Amino acid sequence: MSDKRLTFKKRLHILKHHYRDKKMAPAFNAFHTFLFAPDETTHSGSHIRGADDLKRTMNTVIMALIPVLLFSMFNAGYQHYAAIGGFPSDFSVMEHFLTWDNFWIGIIKVLPLVAISYGVGLVVEFIFAVIKGHEVEEGYLVTGMLVPLIVPIDTPLWMLAVSVVFGVVIGKEVFGGTGMNILNPALTIRAFLFFAYPTWMSGDKVWVHEAVERAGTADAISGETILGYLAQNKGAEFTYSISDMFFGFIPGSVGETSTFLILLGGLFLVFSKIASWRIMLSAIIGSLLMGLIFNVVVDAGIIGETSTFYGLMSFEYWQHLLVGGLAFGIVYMATDPVTGSQTNRGKWIYGFLIGFISVMIRVFNPAYPEGVFLAILLMNVFAPTIDHYVLRGNIKKRLKRLKSATILPKDSDSKAEELKAETV
Amino acid sequence: MSKDIRIRKGLNINLVGAAEKATSKAVLSNVYAINLDDFHGVTPKMIVKQGAEVKAGEALFFDKNNEAMMFVSPVSGELIEINRGARRRILSIKILADKTQTGFEHGSFDTANATSQEIKAHLLKSGCWPFVKQRPYDIIANPDANPKAIFISGYTTAPLAADSDYILQGKEKELQAAITAMGKLTPGKVHVSVNTKSNSPLAGLKGIEVHKITGPHPAGLVGTQINKIDPINKGEVVWTVSPQDLVIIGELLLTGKFNAERIIALVGSSIKSPQYYSTKMGTEISTFLYGNGVNDDNFRVINGDVLTGSKSRPDGYLGFYNNTVTAIPEGDDYELFGWNKPVFNKISTTRAMTFSWLNSKKKYDLNTNTNGEHRAFVVTGQYEQVFPLDIFPMQLLKACMVKDLDEMEQLGLYEVAPEDFSLTEFVCISKQPHQKIIREGLDLLYKEIG
Repeated sequence: MSDKRLTFKKRLHILKHHYRDKKMAPAFNAFHTFLFAPDETTHSGSHIRGADDLKRTMNTVIMALIPVLLFSMFNAGYQHYAAIGGFPSDFSVMEHFLTWDNFWIGIIKVLPLVAISYGVGLVVEFIFAVIKGHEVEEGYLVTGMLVPLIVPIDTPLWMLAVSVVFGVVIGKEVFGGTGMNILNPALTIRAFLFFAYPTWMSGDKVWVHEAVERAGTADAISGETILGYLAQNKGAEFTYSISDMFFGFIPGSVGETSTFLILLGGLFLVFSKIASWRIMLSAIIGSLLMGLIFNVVVDAGIIGETSTFYGLMSFEYWQHLLVGGLAFGIVYMATDPVTGSQTNRGKWIYGFLIGFISVMIRVFNPAYPEGVFLAILLMNVFAPTIDHYVLRGNIKKRLKRLKSATILPKDSDSKAEELKAETV
Repeated sequence: MSKDIRIRKGLNINLVGAAEKATSKAVLSNVYAINLDDFHGVTPKMIVKQGAEVKAGEALFFDKNNEAMMFVSPVSGELIEINRGARRRILSIKILADKTQTGFEHGSFDTANATSQEIKAHLLKSGCWPFVKQRPYDIIANPDANPKAIFISGYTTAPLAADSDYILQGKEKELQAAITAMGKLTPGKVHVSVNTKSNSPLAGLKGIEVHKITGPHPAGLVGTQINKIDPINKGEVVWTVSPQDLVIIGELLLTGKFNAERIIALVGSSIKSPQYYSTKMGTEISTFLYGNGVNDDNFRVINGDVLTGSKSRPDGYLGFYNNTVTAIPEGDDYELFGWNKPVFNKISTTRAMTFSWLNSKKKYDLNTNTNGEHRAFVVTGQYEQVFPLDIFPMQLLKACMVKDLDEMEQLGLYEVAPEDFSLTEFVCISKQPHQKIIREGLDLLYKEIG
């Protein structure tokens, strides 16, 4: 086996040298390094290096997303058929959920979203890498997977393609590419979709496959999300149990529904030390606190049942984490190291405010009862400010130390003895 | 009186090829060399001409910025080559050693009754001054400065580095003489750090403040110790000396002779049976490299330890400050799906399909492969795990990259040396050259502010 591989490896090596200093070198190298970790050795500084590189880091996040993706493919079919035929009364996962019919809907609806997201995004990345003559960086590997998971199932593919181009170019490349962007590219894409095509992104029809097409006909089906019900003060109308919410058998954006799998993904990312547990934990605390404040306000009778906000404000505080995109956003989006806070103390503040503001926007936004992506984008903008103040703290400490320091004489002989006695 | 310091953040890199505690005498080298790269910031001006005879310890050149600062020959012999690079910059000086060595007499010195000026003058003219380094800027100390303290680290935590306790055995007399002299050079204290469990000859010396230190690398780096014991403020200067250089200083003070002999550790997985050798600074590395055989031909010789040493070759020469020579395999090969397959044979601080966290005692055979390509800074919070100084490493690196002098200063650049960033460089996912960035930042700050 080694013989063939050697020649293949050698051939690629020769090709790499052939492409060196040519325009297409970044494109070639992107594929080459995908196959083979490069033969580069250290030149300056440490002669040995750790095992991790950016590809491995990004790959770990993708691994944490795979279960969510698979679940979402089944759920796409499940929600579709349940909306047509009603939810099965004797629900069993094997019989009603993990079926080929459900998965087929996933294949024809979810996979194209993934393909378009990766295809279009990577083409843009490659073009920019070739033009600017830098290597293709791996940032889009995760973005490309996140995007299909945070859009409604029936999002037209051309819409997605347009948004991806916008998100990658305006959200990332104009700032200098991976590592330099201010806003999370996946959320920039989501925000573009939301503001450019609002009718496709909200309402009670977009969350279930075919709900839009069937609207107004005899076969009309509803695709209302739990948050949608609550926002209209129709909390009593939905029949989802807590376990449905937790395991994700509910309508919503493609991949956001299963809090259980997101939790597993989050634990995996924390265990592998890829994502910041500080951000995740503080965001959970922030959202619980905001939810609790709303609950207290309702319990105190300040908000009556007739209020527009009653439905969402009276929603049990911890259940906010089970519905909508909050859990998904906290685990996979808020923890983006480039756009998040970069200092450990800053991460606590950053995460807390994401959770806090997410629930606040969710409750007070009558047009669209979800606020995670807006909250994260908002905090992306504030993250450098948070870091700035954390750094000022460190700088102040250093200045304070300077003030209390003893000033030494120029010559060590004259006052040496005397100073020694003082400092002891 | 001793104070205990416990370092929690850091990483011990356990490598195959630690030196066995046995010392052999290395073969005598025919040619010795002084590599000018060892002396950062020094502009040499030759005193002796090519073809001249010099004695061991006789001055070869001085620094143009400080004409009193002499650099001496490690052996007696004939100066056979002055190797110059672009713009006639001197790169190295080679000396063909005599069969019988004669030492240059620097004269006896009464350390106990000498003033600091006299000690400085004596060390400067005898070639011992370059052993004293200063922070900020990590360069040879400016003898006109008045350091607030002198720091000496007697604890080695760098991977495979020579164990100070072992190489300092039986050198108490020399160490004490050097410490006494050092004590007079500062109005502050002479801080000596040793490991809690060690029986370092340093701990028993007079005129020092002993600190017991434990923890993973970089606990043994003097920069870590300064930051924990008495951090440098703006405008202050501290000096650092490594203990094996104190021995040479001490011997000079006691005998009047510059003795270039030192014990070095030959380590690394490419060496068949790694051990210690006694030899002289400037010796050709091949005089001991092949002593016990090597495992493979495709290896890299490093003058120093794997994290901070400089790249050399078998026919290269032992550096001025080094007590370790490492040989590890070159990693100039491709690895199929190297970025996503589970990794068992490399060290990682994450657990992203890397399994070095399973067994912290396991020893690794690492090569010089970068394990990935250079990227922009992406991941955060990773350096902080291995960086015990009260400094924001990533922000300081970025300040150096954009040459923001104010920010560099405010974030504490004058407290650090490139070696303090060797571990963050090791773990860096983006494979950024941290030590180079810090070095360039320090040079810029020195040039602009001085």
